[in-house]
Amino acid sequence: MIRLFKVKEKQKQLAENANGGPPTKKQSAGELRLHKDISELNLPKSCTISFPNGKDDLMNFEVSIRPDEGYYLGGLFVFSFQVSPVYPHEAPKVKCKTKVYHPNIDLEGNVCLNILREDWKPVLNINTVIYGLFHLFTEPNFEDPLNHDAAAVLRDNPKMFESNVRRAMAGGYVGQTYFSRCM
Amino acid sequence: MTDATTAPSRSRDLDKLLLRPGNLVGPIFDPGTQLREDLKEYVRILVVGAGGLGCELLKDLALSGFTNLEVIDMDRIEVSNLNRQFLFRLEDVGKPKAEVAAKRVMQRVSGVNIVPHFCRIEDKEIEFYNDFSIIVLGLDSIEARSYINSVACSFLEYDSDDNPRDITMKPMVDGGTEGFKGHARVILPGRTPCFECTIWLFPPQVKFPLCTLAETPRNAAHCIEYAHLIKWNEVHGGKAFDPDEPEHMKWVYNEAVKRAELFGIQGVTYSLTQGVVKNIIPAIASTNAVISAACALETLKIASGCSKTLSNYLTYNGVEGLHIKVTEFVRDKDCLVCGPGVLIELDTSVTLQKFIDLLEEHPRLLLSKASVTHRGKNLYMQAPPVLEEMTRSNLSLPLFELMGKATKDIVHVTGIENKDDKKTSCLRKLRVVFKGIDGIMDMDMAGGA
Ligand SMILES: [Zn+2]
Repeated sequence: MIRLFKVKEKQKQLAENANGGPPTKKQSAGELRLHKDISELNLPKSCTISFPNGKDDLMNFEVSIRPDEGYYLGGLFVFSFQVSPVYPHEAPKVKCKTKVYHPNIDLEGNVCLNILREDWKPVLNINTVIYGLFHLFTEPNFEDPLNHDAAAVLRDNPKMFESNVRRAMAGGYVGQTYFSRCM
Repeated sequence: MTDATTAPSRSRDLDKLLLRPGNLVGPIFDPGTQLREDLKEYVRILVVGAGGLGCELLKDLALSGFTNLEVIDMDRIEVSNLNRQFLFRLEDVGKPKAEVAAKRVMQRVSGVNIVPHFCRIEDKEIEFYNDFSIIVLGLDSIEARSYINSVACSFLEYDSDDNPRDITMKPMVDGGTEGFKGHARVILPGRTPCFECTIWLFPPQVKFPLCTLAETPRNAAHCIEYAHLIKWNEVHGGKAFDPDEPEHMKWVYNEAVKRAELFGIQGVTYSLTQGVVKNIIPAIASTNAVISAACALETLKIASGCSKTLSNYLTYNGVEGLHIKVTEFVRDKDCLVCGPGVLIELDTSVTLQKFIDLLEEHPRLLLSKASVTHRGKNLYMQAPPVLEEMTRSNLSLPLFELMGKATKDIVHVTGIENKDDKKTSCLRKLRVVFKGIDGIMDMDMAGGA
C-alpha cells in the first residue's frame, strides 16, 4: 500500500483548508445496539425509564419499578443502569438505588439476577433485564441470597418477612438496619 | 561508488525482500531501493499498547526498517511487568511505559524515531489516528480494540457502487496473547472482517453469580471477586474502585485473603487478584514474541507489498504441542462499523418526518417506525414515551440542519423491516448524501488517485 501512503502524505499537505473536516464523534457499536434496545422498549405499566443526562446519553439511565402485586406492592424502587461500549458482549451494570429489604438485593444495591452475570447472552436485551428485575419483586427467592437475613426470614417465616417488608417500605428499622420510606 | 543494492547494509536481509521481484508478491509490488526509502519516509505506524506485546512490537518494527513510529499507552511500569516487558528496568518502575519503551528502542536502533503518548486512547482526537498509515494493536482488552476499530473504520469511505475507497482505508494489525495462546490478524476495513464483524470470537468474560460470592465461595477467584464487587462498596460507599490504583488493588487483595482464610480456601495471591479483577490471563514472554513477530511481518507486507498478507486470522496454540492455524473469516456485509450502509440521496429540504416516511418505501430498506440517530445525537426515538416526547419537535425540521449541514454523513436507524411478509426488527447504517451542494463532486474524485 506504499503508493497509497505516498499519495495520502501529499494530500495531507494540500488538505489543510479542505471543508467538511474529520468526524468528531463516533458511536460505539454498543451505543448503536443500545439505541435499538431502547427504541423498542415495551415496558409493563409499573415500570418507567428516565435519562438523567438527557436524550443523547442512553448509556446511563434509570428504571423505576412500582410492583403491582406481592410483598412489595405500593413501593417504588429505582435502578441505575450503566451500559458498556461493548454491549451486548457484556451485560449492563445494574444497581438498586433504593435501599430495600430483599433476599436478592443487598444493602449496597447489588442485585443477584442470573441474566446480569453468569447467564447473560448477547441475544438478551434491556427489556429482558427490566422484566427480570420486575420479577424479583413479585417473586423474591431465598435460594439466591444476597441479603442473608432477609432470605432466612422469607424461608422460615413468610408472615414475618411480609411485615418486615412493610416496615422497611414505610420507613423504619428492621433489626439494626434503617430503611428510608419508599412508598 | 557504492551501489545501494550491493553495499553491505544493515538492512541486508530486508533487502532480499524489498529489492527483488518474486512470484508470491502482492499485486502492486514495486521492488527497488526506492521502495526501501519510501517505507522509511512515508510509512507512519502507531503501536497501541506498550505492555508485553507492545515492547516486542516496537522492537520488531524498528528492526524491520520502519523509522516513523509512535506508541500510545496510559500505564506506568510496575515491578511485576519486568519479567517479560524487556525494555524496562527496575529503576523505571513508576514511569510511563510509552515513554520508557520509546527511549530504549531509539537508543538501540539507530535512525528510528518513536514518539510516545502517555494517555488513554480516548483522550486523542479522532483525527490523531488518521495520521498513521497502519495501526498495530498490542492490547489486552476488548473495549480498547473495539474503540480503535471503530475509529479506524470511521475513516473508511465507499463509492456510489459500495466499493471501499482504498485511499481511505486504515489497515490494522491486531495481536493478542493469553498464556500459551495467541492470535494475529490483519484488518483491512472494507475488505476483510473488522473487529466488530467477528466480536463473537471473543469468549464472554466468566462472571460468578453474586450470591455465590456472598454465600458459598468455593475458590480463590470467588474470594477476590467478593472483595472487589461486594466488600469494596460496603466499606467505601460511593468511592469508585480503580483497577489502575495499586492501593485499591492491595486493599482488595488483603480482603480476599481474609475471606479465603474464613472459608479455608487456598491460592489467593496479589497477581491472581490483579488477573481476576482486570480479567487478565498471565502473559508469557515467548508467546508475545511469536505473535509480535507475525504482526511485524504482516505490517511490512501490507506496507511494501513484498508478499501477500495473512488472510486473515492466525491462531497460535502452544498449550498441548503446538498448533498454528489460519482462518479466513468473512465480513458481515451489514456490519454497522465497517459496512458500506445503504446509500440515500436527499434534497436539503427533506424533513426528518419525510425522511422516516421515505425509509418505509425504500426498496433496500422497507423500514417502518424508524428511530434515527446521528453521531451520538438521537434525532427521533419511537419509544419510550419520554424520549419520543423529547425528540418529536425534530420531525418538522430539515434533516440537513439536524445533521449539522454535513454534505454527507452516516446515520443509523432502528425499525421494523417488512420483507417477504415477514416483520423483523433491525438496525441499519445509512450513508446520507445531500444533493446539489458544492464540493461533493470534488470529494468523490479523491478516490481515483
Ligand atoms: Zn465490520
